[in-house]
Amino acid sequence: MNLLRFLYDCGKTSLSGGRLYWTWIGVLLFFISMGAFTYMGQAQDGLVVTGMSDQVSWGFYVSNFTFLVGVAAAAVMLVIPAYIFHNDDAKRVVLLGEGLAVAASLMCMLFVAVDLGRPDRIWHLSPYPGMFNWPSSLLTWDVVVLNGYFVLNLLIPGYILYHQYHNRPYNKKLVFAGAVLSMFWAISIHTVTAFLFASNTARPFWSSALVAPRFLATAFCAGPAFIIITFFIMDKIAKYQIGNKVIDMLAVIVAVSMQINIIMLIAELFVEFYAEGQHSASAHYLFLGLGGKSGLTGWIWTAQAFNLTAVVLLMIEKTRKNRKTLILACALAVAGIWIEKGMGFVIPGFIPTPLGEIFEYKPTINEVKISGMVFGIGFLVFTFMMKPLRAIQLGILSNPELDRIEAVRMQDEQEKAHMEAQLKSYEESSKS
Amino acid sequence: MKFQNNNQPDPKRRAALKALGLGAAVGAGALASSGGTLTAEQRQKHHGEETFEDHWHSFFQQHYQRMSEEEIEVVLERLERKYKAIYGVEVKVENEQPLEGVVFGYALNISKCKGYRECVKGCTTENNQSKDPDLEYIRVLELEKGTMNLETADHYYGDGETKVPQPGKFYLPVQCHHCENPPCVKACPVKATWKEPDGIVVVDYNWCIGCRMCANACPYWARKFNWHEPKLPVEQVNPETHYLGNRPRFQGVMEKCTFCIQRTRNGQMPACQEACPTGARVFGNLLDPDSEIRYVLENKNVFRLKEELNTEPKFWYYSD
Repeated sequence: MNLLRFLYDCGKTSLSGGRLYWTWIGVLLFFISMGAFTYMGQAQDGLVVTGMSDQVSWGFYVSNFTFLVGVAAAAVMLVIPAYIFHNDDAKRVVLLGEGLAVAASLMCMLFVAVDLGRPDRIWHLSPYPGMFNWPSSLLTWDVVVLNGYFVLNLLIPGYILYHQYHNRPYNKKLVFAGAVLSMFWAISIHTVTAFLFASNTARPFWSSALVAPRFLATAFCAGPAFIIITFFIMDKIAKYQIGNKVIDMLAVIVAVSMQINIIMLIAELFVEFYAEGQHSASAHYLFLGLGGKSGLTGWIWTAQAFNLTAVVLLMIEKTRKNRKTLILACALAVAGIWIEKGMGFVIPGFIPTPLGEIFEYKPTINEVKISGMVFGIGFLVFTFMMKPLRAIQLGILSNPELDRIEAVRMQDEQEKAHMEAQLKSYEESSKS
Repeated sequence: MKFQNNNQPDPKRRAALKALGLGAAVGAGALASSGGTLTAEQRQKHHGEETFEDHWHSFFQQHYQRMSEEEIEVVLERLERKYKAIYGVEVKVENEQPLEGVVFGYALNISKCKGYRECVKGCTTENNQSKDPDLEYIRVLELEKGTMNLETADHYYGDGETKVPQPGKFYLPVQCHHCENPPCVKACPVKATWKEPDGIVVVDYNWCIGCRMCANACPYWARKFNWHEPKLPVEQVNPETHYLGNRPRFQGVMEKCTFCIQRTRNGQMPACQEACPTGARVFGNLLDPDSEIRYVLENKNVFRLKEELNTEPKFWYYSD
């Protein structure tokens, strides 16, 4: 009963807001509706409405899926400092990160679903009543880890918020255990997704031991960059007061991850191009073009330019600490990694085909619209989750009489008192 | 007369405006979408006039390997009804079981192959693939003599004008190699594809979810997907079919060469073997020491494509 009330109150908060809020919801609904009607066409006519072919049998959907797995995994960069090291600044925003992980893993599952030729048979992809080729098929692993990650990131914050809503302390040990579990789980979702590609010896471009580590590096680059941008937006519209310390910590993570990513890229390029074998054909096609076809070269060089600019901006302290340049660097990093993991990784694996045919791929407008629907759903879910989250943290949800400005002030006071108590305890411990 | 306070927004009016605005967003999205292009009539044709009961049972149809013989019988009858409704001809769907002591293998003499592509035609006449553009199980590559680098191969040689064989070229037909250690079977998340006891790698077209994992895993590019509802003209339907073989397929599922399971399990040769005018193709039972295929394997210099991947293909190439 209490749980139902909690959910009802959350739902009510999600559906209340001013003109700006409803305009935003309207924009999302537009994209969802456009994609949903386009998807109905795809379900009817078949995947022929996409740019995919027997030669390039995965395209824009799986590209976005691969990118979003990284975004989902990145929540761990807030979970570790918040729950394991008890960093107060991280604790303040960790629920936001976990909300993002929920939305991202939901989008991942939707991208896999819209890519299926027979969505009516999706129930076959379950241990019961379907038939689950686990542990042999890597796609079943991805189903397990993504669903698990989705549930974990829904349950942990849900549990904390539920207790905050009732104004009682939560079981810290339980949350700690959950945090440790979700930490390993975050690594696993991205490793499994990398193995999904690397397991194909038929595709030399993917079949590399470096794929998984590189996926992790790009995840911890694009994910936190995405989170920083979200923070700035939340800060602006919900007066979130996110500490500069957290943002700088995340910015440093983005910078370091990007450096690791670039080092691994150089290592890959060296192996592919120093003694160029037949297995280097995909890399050659990607970076330089092959057989007079070069559909991906523009994409990949743009990505590299974005990544390099981002890393330079983030390494210089002055530009990293400047809000405007930091946002620019994060946007560049997100865009760069999005290209690198999608159009720059999934697609070239198919070109040339195992029989040496060079057949190019370009997403169609249908694919873009349907992807727009998936992103729309993800953002909508994220928005609906963030609304009650803020209200619970401020104590408005359990006490609707409370004035909003008053609530913010009260929270500030609480935190100030908490800080002072901490300082005092430090002083005392240093005295003795 | 009542006075209204115009400074306060009317909550009813606001709610109505909100609903109107959101509805407009959804409507605009619908207008901006790119919907289906099929007419209701065409869709009707694809699905035939299926009864609700048949539709229900085909939706909940079990995996081939989980069904008893009686259950499979019921499925075969339902499929025959469905094909009759779609194509207007009696299509027979058999379920011939593998023979004891038989494992099929194939060998192809590349010095005899002249690139006529008769095998491709034989295959598409036999196997009820989608036509125009033709879905083909066999791809014949034209290569310069002296190289095995597939990246230099011409996939679309011979536009009808140029004669084959071209001087200085050789021809390499590639189809499903029916690996003993098939990576496609490993990759399938729902076990919709597996290796039969006679070594044939098959697909249950009623269980495949169309994720294309198998196609990505195949080193021989042997798997072909139905990107749309198959286009199979009535006059080109081959009514002699097998459940795991050449029965007409559906939109959104994977298909591939089955060594003509509907023929070979009845003691016939695969269609490509019969169609080949140069006698380059040798098919037979690998477990029979007196078979022609065993003679070839034991007396010719045979090799396999991409052997380094350890998929153990049961498809060999050789030259005189």
